[in-house]
Amino acid sequence: MGYVAVKGGTRAIEESIKRLKYERLKNGTVLDVGQIEGGMRSLIDQVMSESSLYSPLLASLAIKQAEGSPEEAVFLLRAYRSTLPRKHYSRVAEPERMRVERRISASFKDIPGGQVLGATTDYTHRLLDFELMSETEEAVQRWLSDFYEDSFRSDEKVPSEYFPKVLDYLRKEGLMEICEIDDTEPDDVTKKSLKFPSSRSQRLQILTRGQTGAVTSLAYAVIRGYGTLHPTVGELRVGSLPVYIDDPVNESQEEEESYYIGDVKVSEAEMLVPVTVEKERGIEEVEFEVGYGICYGQNETKAIAMGILDNSLEQGEARYPTQDEEFVLYHIDSVESTGFISHLKMPHYVTFQSKLDSARKTKQTEKVREGQKDEITL
Amino acid sequence: MKSHYNFAFFDEGSKREIRRATLKAIAIPGYQVPFASREMPIARGWGTGGLQLTLSLIGKEDVLKVIDQGSDESVNAVNIKKLVSHTAGIRSTEETEEATIIQSRHRIPEVPLKSGQILVLQVPMPEPLRVYEPSELETKKLHAEKEYSGAWVMLFEHIMKYGTAATGADHPVMVHNRYVMAPSPIPRFDNPKMDHSKALILLGAGREKKIYAVPPYTRVKSIDFDDSPFRVESFEDKSCRLCGSTGVFMDEIVDDQSGEAVYQCNDTSYCLAQMNKNMPVGGTSNEQV
Repeated sequence: MGYVAVKGGTRAIEESIKRLKYERLKNGTVLDVGQIEGGMRSLIDQVMSESSLYSPLLASLAIKQAEGSPEEAVFLLRAYRSTLPRKHYSRVAEPERMRVERRISASFKDIPGGQVLGATTDYTHRLLDFELMSETEEAVQRWLSDFYEDSFRSDEKVPSEYFPKVLDYLRKEGLMEICEIDDTEPDDVTKKSLKFPSSRSQRLQILTRGQTGAVTSLAYAVIRGYGTLHPTVGELRVGSLPVYIDDPVNESQEEEESYYIGDVKVSEAEMLVPVTVEKERGIEEVEFEVGYGICYGQNETKAIAMGILDNSLEQGEARYPTQDEEFVLYHIDSVESTGFISHLKMPHYVTFQSKLDSARKTKQTEKVREGQKDEITL
Repeated sequence: MKSHYNFAFFDEGSKREIRRATLKAIAIPGYQVPFASREMPIARGWGTGGLQLTLSLIGKEDVLKVIDQGSDESVNAVNIKKLVSHTAGIRSTEETEEATIIQSRHRIPEVPLKSGQILVLQVPMPEPLRVYEPSELETKKLHAEKEYSGAWVMLFEHIMKYGTAATGADHPVMVHNRYVMAPSPIPRFDNPKMDHSKALILLGAGREKKIYAVPPYTRVKSIDFDDSPFRVESFEDKSCRLCGSTGVFMDEIVDDQSGEAVYQCNDTSYCLAQMNKNMPVGGTSNEQV
């Protein structure tokens, strides 16, 4: 009966919240928000991406309050986001103008500008580094100064931070259709709820806000068997995108008049999907379609998975659940899925009582029916 | 903490947007109006639709009552009440008659509602046709064409299989002869209270991003067949072990000592009022309360 006794709910809740605070603090450790921001880069990136709110500081605070639970931290930030008025809309951000930190292509070895590995765990051995148990600040400082010295001393020409897109190369070769740049105002699912059939901008927005694990799992299903894709990473890049807004006073639309308001770090994936296209007189040719993925922070798995799902949802006729836009788009949001699962913990006494009443009535009718049957056989 | 948020949590633009959807919902009884549902400080599935309605409507003069499955003191009711009074600083009450806005999960109070009151119901699944049609695109078409044979087939199958309609709570209703509507998982017992209700009934589904409404004095009929009429949950000869009421929706409770089932009013505020009425002047207080 514990939690909906006729009276006393209020006090029980207060005690429960107190208990939660105790669990966070019982070891006497005060976790500094700055430390979280300094050392939890990946978690912060994931939380910002799933929250649709770019602020490493607020994400760190949310992570502290949530004791490191991504779903709880995302929940906190999304609720905070609901209270923020929209003051400005940015100009279109061109990923071509990204300040690249990492950029690879799995399709071509020699891409214009070359492959830039940057920071990644891809080539590490996943062995627990026990030395981190006793890492000291002095050792870190020493390592850092060595690192800076090394990178400045090297005679190698520092490559440009700006790179052409790999896909443009394919387009020049005629292997991909050249598509017009479409700068129509995208639909915003946080201002107007999703309707079906959805627009591509709605799909992309839902995918990029999706829970990392859910997006990854569904994309995995596409390439494993529930879809017909075998995609290749055309280009994956991680870096900072500059964000500009138009002059809010003069309402000028000129690029030169716009204001730079900061950078957002993003991961972008352009997936190449080979398709057979029937040309004139039954001649078939192989062409490439693109699946596009982008998300806040460095979260390459999510960006690639989003690219796969984007293409999968473009297929139109849904043969698999992964091609069904309602199936994918309605179920990958962290706040929605975790919320509805967790609501099962709420008291359902009335609804259950009602179901019980139905169950009893069906039992009664069953008995009557059985009785009738007996009479007949007698 | 308080100063970090606007009155009633939302910025005014958001409130206006929700109210616009609400007005449309009132204009088309039983029709589900999509709205840009915000993420709230309480979890999806815990009443965010109802909460958004309440926050968009509430003013400084309002008196709020929140109930969850009949109880004013249930965890979720307390939480929602706390959040609203924390961000709006308004007064809350447990008395149905005194409230101007009543937010409720899965019950309509036993005390009849008056005109001028607003009942806000929290809705988990706004689509009554979802049981047999998973696609939103398809159900929208079915509503547009008033193609509801599926709903009756579903009831018919129940009767064939079980000998009776085996819907629990959330038994679908026909609103104003036009839209089949999910009344939210109120028990069948509460369905008739929606018919020609004096109070405005608003239904909000946060996760599914829909608002719909039953304006006052609207015809609401639970769907059924002529030869197999709609039946509410029956508590037959049962009476409340606390206040002695009959003919109300009861909670079935297993007595710890005897192991037998006992019954008490599900609407705790109603139960309390009945007990106070029965109490002789100057009597001792009832310790069970």
